[in-house]
Amino acid sequence: MSSQMQFGIFSVSDITRDPTTGQTPSEAQRISDIVTIAKHVEEVGLDVFALGEHHNPPFFSSSPTTTLAYIGASTSRLILSTATTLITTNDPVKIAEDYAMLQHLTGGRVDLVMGRGNTGPVYPWFGQDIRQGLALAIENYALLRELWEKDVVDWEGKFRTPLQGFTSTPRPLDGVPPFVWHGSIRTPEIAEQAAYYGDGFFANNIFWPKEHYQRLITLYRQRYAHYGHGTPEQAIVGLGGQAFMAKNSQDAVRQFRPYFDNAPVYGHGPSLEEFQELTPLTVGSPQQVIDRYAAMREYFGDYQRQLFLVDHAGLPLKTVLEQLDILGGEVVPVLRKELATDRPAEVPDAPTHAARVAAVYGDGPTRQARPTSAGGNNLTVGGPYQDTPVAAPAATSGSAFGPAATQKKVAR
Amino acid sequence: MTRRIAVVSAGLSNPSSTRMLADRLAQATVAELATRGIEAEIDVIELRELAHEITNNLLAGFAPPALEDAINRVVSADGLIAATPIFSTSYSGLFKSFIDVIDPDALTGMPVLLAANAGTARHSLAIDYAMRPLFAYLHAEPVSTGVFAASSDWGAQADEVKPLASRIERGARELAEAIARREERTIVDPFSPDAFLGEGRSFGHLLGGLAGE
Repeated sequence: MSSQMQFGIFSVSDITRDPTTGQTPSEAQRISDIVTIAKHVEEVGLDVFALGEHHNPPFFSSSPTTTLAYIGASTSRLILSTATTLITTNDPVKIAEDYAMLQHLTGGRVDLVMGRGNTGPVYPWFGQDIRQGLALAIENYALLRELWEKDVVDWEGKFRTPLQGFTSTPRPLDGVPPFVWHGSIRTPEIAEQAAYYGDGFFANNIFWPKEHYQRLITLYRQRYAHYGHGTPEQAIVGLGGQAFMAKNSQDAVRQFRPYFDNAPVYGHGPSLEEFQELTPLTVGSPQQVIDRYAAMREYFGDYQRQLFLVDHAGLPLKTVLEQLDILGGEVVPVLRKELATDRPAEVPDAPTHAARVAAVYGDGPTRQARPTSAGGNNLTVGGPYQDTPVAAPAATSGSAFGPAATQKKVAR
Repeated sequence: MTRRIAVVSAGLSNPSSTRMLADRLAQATVAELATRGIEAEIDVIELRELAHEITNNLLAGFAPPALEDAINRVVSADGLIAATPIFSTSYSGLFKSFIDVIDPDALTGMPVLLAANAGTARHSLAIDYAMRPLFAYLHAEPVSTGVFAASSDWGAQADEVKPLASRIERGARELAEAIARREERTIVDPFSPDAFLGEGRSFGHLLGGLAGE
């Protein structure tokens, strides 16, 4: 089903002590809870569940595709996404394989948000240097694209072992790779990267004043047009957000304040009132949240995806599920209506696998990759799949894909 | 075109000796620039008023509006007078915290006049062993004279051979010369593709694939 806007939640997967009870959930409990939360996201009529990736306590989500696959098997409609996938320290080959696999298992209900993480030591833990963070994000993503787009990849870069005649398996579902968003909170080069490829841009929109994200999104939209993917208004924008709701706004503030005051990242800093004024955090009645988020497009333009952070800072499962009930029951239906009003026709709908498949194949049959009998000998002319296009050398001059101009590689 | 001198004062009391020193340096610098035919204005940033916001920035990662405005005024100035009280042998924690929330590249090439005050002249070298390395790290360009004022400099037992006024005059002259030597400071928009890609370049250059790299 195609929709103009997708709504959902994103979780950083923190396991945090509940400041009102002093209890910290076990990993087993929190992991079981996240599955319950994700299923409830679908039950209340939201569209997206996105999960972070971390490799240290107090987080649990070291292995997002495992979790997302399990959630995918327990849901039928929910789009599974990431928040974010560490394009810097993960091997792009493994990302290509894992998420293509997840596509197949979930019928294409997968997209990714690329990010660079927020924990410095992750770089050395995975053998990288944080000072190369941006260079890694750029090179690794270029390789990831190639692995998804070409059946056979010859590749050599600065950071990873070279590949000769490598095929990433399984091939993307229907021959269409997952949609990719690029997330950044401060780096214009990442907005540029998203624009260059015609990918989406996701602004976390939680920790900083909106003016900051406005600059990044404006840049992304302008550059999206510059690289010839459409008008600035046709660029694909996702926003984060943060809300806590109760029928009466005073109750919401009273309930949420201890969690805010002790929250990881911003706890013990600005007051709840200051933080609400400076960032999109909205603690109050459902109507206040509707008003705040219906206005987002005035700052960022009409956009495609709105995710909320609702399960962090030690909030107990019961509270999180109640928040989802309010979001799905009272807030999002109104937001869908309000954001559809006066939405220009040229603004694209939120990306889905079905829409992306239709854009490539129309009503025709999609690609179904069937290995040849060559036994995985990728260097044999003819390629690893029965339908692999035969030895068309990569376009060289004037390619939209910069590296084609000088890097040595051959597509089969 | 009028030049603008940012004056950062980390003094805590009111009135503050740090601020008094900073004001005198600022006035003397404006006067020195005037003799060179350059008009200049003074833009004072009192860190005491921003102390809570500086702490919030350290904890939450972004500058609230008043602090962001102050930071922008500092990094876009043509020259900087940085004045701090000396606490426990070094610049004050508030002064350092303010420096810590400024982008480490933003003061590159900035002419700076270092100033400090403390109870006695025994702390005067703190300018050279504490403040100067900090600004060297930031690639700012502090003038060679730093001006230190001890409490006694404001009254009896002042230094009669090199009185405070003459030290102020010398530091101000050096800062004025440094400002006069330079073009007006231009601020690069970090969100301009020309800034982060290089003029006329494309993302393809970042990928390392296009000629002219």
